[in-house]
Amino acid sequence: MNRDIALIGITITIIMLSFLFDRRRTLKGVITGARMLYKLLPQFILLLIFVSTCLGVVPQETLAHLLGRQAGGPGVMIAALIGSVALIPGPIAYPLAAMLAEQGVSYTVLAVFVTSLMMVGVLTLPVEKEYLGTRIAIVRNLLSLIGAVFVGLIVGMII
Amino acid sequence: MKARKQVPAGYVLFIVWTVVVLIAEVMNVTIGRAMVISFHGLLLEMVVLVPCIFILIGLIDVWIPDQWIENHVGEDSGLRGAVLVILLAMFQGGPLYGAFPTAHLLRKKGCSLFNVFMYLGAFSALKAPMLLFEAGFLGWRFAIVRAGVALPVFTVIALIMARYSRGAGLRISDIDTNAGDSDKPSIVSAST
Repeated sequence: MNRDIALIGITITIIMLSFLFDRRRTLKGVITGARMLYKLLPQFILLLIFVSTCLGVVPQETLAHLLGRQAGGPGVMIAALIGSVALIPGPIAYPLAAMLAEQGVSYTVLAVFVTSLMMVGVLTLPVEKEYLGTRIAIVRNLLSLIGAVFVGLIVGMII
Repeated sequence: MKARKQVPAGYVLFIVWTVVVLIAEVMNVTIGRAMVISFHGLLLEMVVLVPCIFILIGLIDVWIPDQWIENHVGEDSGLRGAVLVILLAMFQGGPLYGAFPTAHLLRKKGCSLFNVFMYLGAFSALKAPMLLFEAGFLGWRFAIVRAGVALPVFTVIALIMARYSRGAGLRISDIDTNAGDSDKPSIVSAST
């Protein structure tokens, strides 16, 4: 929430500064932004529906349970899967990961979970494909998934 | 390309979803209520974050000249360009879906494909606010090691992605930000 307030503050400050320097250009910029937002609104709504449905059907305790149960290969795969599909903001994901660490979940699994959570976004694909194109978006997500598992395995070896 | 005048799937689904949730509410299904609660939380985030992101992007669009982007993070910007996009990504906040518009803008203004994907990689793995969180909950050692391992990994991903996009003749979609042809489908995902 603080982050959101900060962003609003920054945005308003920048708009005012920009307005002081060049009124017409500022207006043009704001309109450009608003137009982009308007065009992509359906995709964002789609994202919103997907995410809230998934979060509603699969509560956090279930996630923790799934992650905590398996170790080794299956654990890594489950972590990668959940991390790819879930869309959990950092402020919620890290406490969850810390809780799992206390329960004895390996750092490999945690690193895979955290990294795939941040790099892979199955639910955000509708938004991503609008900007990068469908094929680029899919390939980027696949590569990131492999990358996330790789990062997790190496982090697990180092720590 | 045919010009379609359809109602976007997002709106249709939104109506269907609302109806389903309402029915669930009437029939007293708990899943429906959990969905509404998380919808509210996310909606708040989106209502606040997304418009801010887009307005900032619009302002960047009009203030930062294409030439500057091309010179500093363009095709021949080398290591310095890569470091610049990483720094740009590190000091931003918010979820990854907020980074796609910026990545798109960078590309439109002449940023190299490699640097666009470096930006996305750094945004997802090296964001400073996230690292602080990570260190707080999982320890500095974990955060630093994970970030250190992620850097070369997403560099390799960016290299592959840049080559793939170029080789397959794919380009980052054109979302026209200009007035006029707003009725045409503006998204071109594959060309040549």
